[in-house]
Amino acid sequence: MNWPVITPLVIFLLIIFAVGFWSHKFVLKSHSFLEEYFLGERQMGGFILAMTMVATYGSASSFIGGPGVAYTQGLGWVLLAMAQLATGYFTLMVLGKKFAIVARKYKAITLIDFLKERYQSKTVVLVSAASIVIFLFSSMTAQWIGGARLVESLTGLPYTTALLIFAFSVLVFVIVGGFRAVALTDAVQGVVMFAGTLILLIATIKAGGGIPKIISDLAAENPNLISPFGADHTLTPAYVSSYWILVGIGVIGLPQITVRAMSYKNSQAMHSAIIIGTIVVGFIMLGMHLIGVFARPVLPGVKIGDTVMPLLSMKVLPPFAAGIVLAAPMAAIMSTVDALLILVSSAIVKDVYLNYIKPNASNSHVKKISFSVTAIIGFIVIILALSPPDLIIWLNLFSFGGLESVFIWPVIFGLYWAKGNKYGAIASMVSGMCSYIMLDRFYPNAFGLHTVVLPILISMLVFVAVSLFTQRKISQMVPDTSWK
Amino acid sequence: MKKPVNQKDKRFKVAHREALIGVVLVIINFIWWYGFAYGLGSDKVENYRYIWGLPSWFFYSCIAGFVVMVILVSLTVKFLFKDVPFEDEEGEHK
Repeated sequence: MNWPVITPLVIFLLIIFAVGFWSHKFVLKSHSFLEEYFLGERQMGGFILAMTMVATYGSASSFIGGPGVAYTQGLGWVLLAMAQLATGYFTLMVLGKKFAIVARKYKAITLIDFLKERYQSKTVVLVSAASIVIFLFSSMTAQWIGGARLVESLTGLPYTTALLIFAFSVLVFVIVGGFRAVALTDAVQGVVMFAGTLILLIATIKAGGGIPKIISDLAAENPNLISPFGADHTLTPAYVSSYWILVGIGVIGLPQITVRAMSYKNSQAMHSAIIIGTIVVGFIMLGMHLIGVFARPVLPGVKIGDTVMPLLSMKVLPPFAAGIVLAAPMAAIMSTVDALLILVSSAIVKDVYLNYIKPNASNSHVKKISFSVTAIIGFIVIILALSPPDLIIWLNLFSFGGLESVFIWPVIFGLYWAKGNKYGAIASMVSGMCSYIMLDRFYPNAFGLHTVVLPILISMLVFVAVSLFTQRKISQMVPDTSWK
Repeated sequence: MKKPVNQKDKRFKVAHREALIGVVLVIINFIWWYGFAYGLGSDKVENYRYIWGLPSWFFYSCIAGFVVMVILVSLTVKFLFKDVPFEDEEGEHK
């Protein structure tokens, strides 16, 4: 085992644990267990809010998969990755104050709470909960696998042991600490991600002999590597631009991001989070993908993209620094998994169990249920991850696009279009989900655009059409008083 | 317990305006990104110019674009975004 590399990783894990147990105190003390456990009592300040959004969003694919593809594709892939800059400001600005105010009025703790109050429909709740559980399970499994692979490659432990170590570390602090632990550890993890990117970028440029040297080496190998079109000239402008939908503006429809847009304290917190978030997300995405490209002359001939970043860190950094840098993808993965875990748990406990199965559960019963559901989900994911499918990026993007096509319009029209009604929402969610799955299976990348584009358009048209068409029906059925 | 949502709430006017600003910013961001990347990058690689060792399309689109967006976002938040309270109902009791 490579102890100089592992030591910083262990220290990092210990810090994370400490934060988890510290948050547990708030869980024990809080007046409203649900609001504390699943939303941290809406107390996030600007820095924490920015970091938890960035860290939740930045995942295995930003640190492992993405740089790996950049290694093969060249600067064109960095260009594509920069579509994510928009997530830093767009989500918070557009959901913004309206979402924060309305969510408070509805006393909403989860995204589904908001949809339930807004549309007054059981079907909306069940469809949402189902899609969160289905899509986020696949996403969590992918991240879990990424985490285990990383531990495996760093420590030399067998995959199963690595998976158990990784899973155990995450489960402990999420189960005991809830959303507050997730958000606070996200802040630590966000800082680690930022620092790791900075250190590795500088070291890689140095190892490659400076930027001009690296670029001319790349151009000498294959001029396409420094063009925006990718190594084989396959990245068309239309395809690359369509990522603005998938990883830019569509992110608004991701429940794990949306729920953060109701967790902050006040408008100052939101304002500073927008600025900090833009800087941090832009820097990490630019830096990590650029590192992937610059790695090519430094470390030629890597076959498996996912190993570029760990191999590079070991090569260009002294062992202890490599440990710090490799804590970054670990942090990215943990901070995504923990957010998904608490979200799936909230969908099951808060949105399904307490709404329809046992509405009058006592506080202590709710506590027990929340802790144990979170734990059970964790264990199911471990079992899924034990016989893992291969393509991390694919699985991850699959759940990304699926959730976006389901939730984006019910959220946006729910906030900004008073005529939107439950029929529109249901139709839009179902058509979004179905068309995404069908297109992904049978006709991916239609018209040279990423698969997600069509389902998002379809679900928008369906939402508008069905809402307008059923308008009379809604106004006859009495009272949606809240929208007078 | 749950309060009805009054669409005339004055705070919503602020919120709607700021959401619109978000949309405008993303459009500016996209145009800048696309324009420089494919405007300069579509040239033959032999004819590329370089800034700080990077191809100029990449420098303007991704590096300068990032800096420009951070500046634009900071300025809009500082000067155009307003503080509103989230908790109470002042908009409704006038």
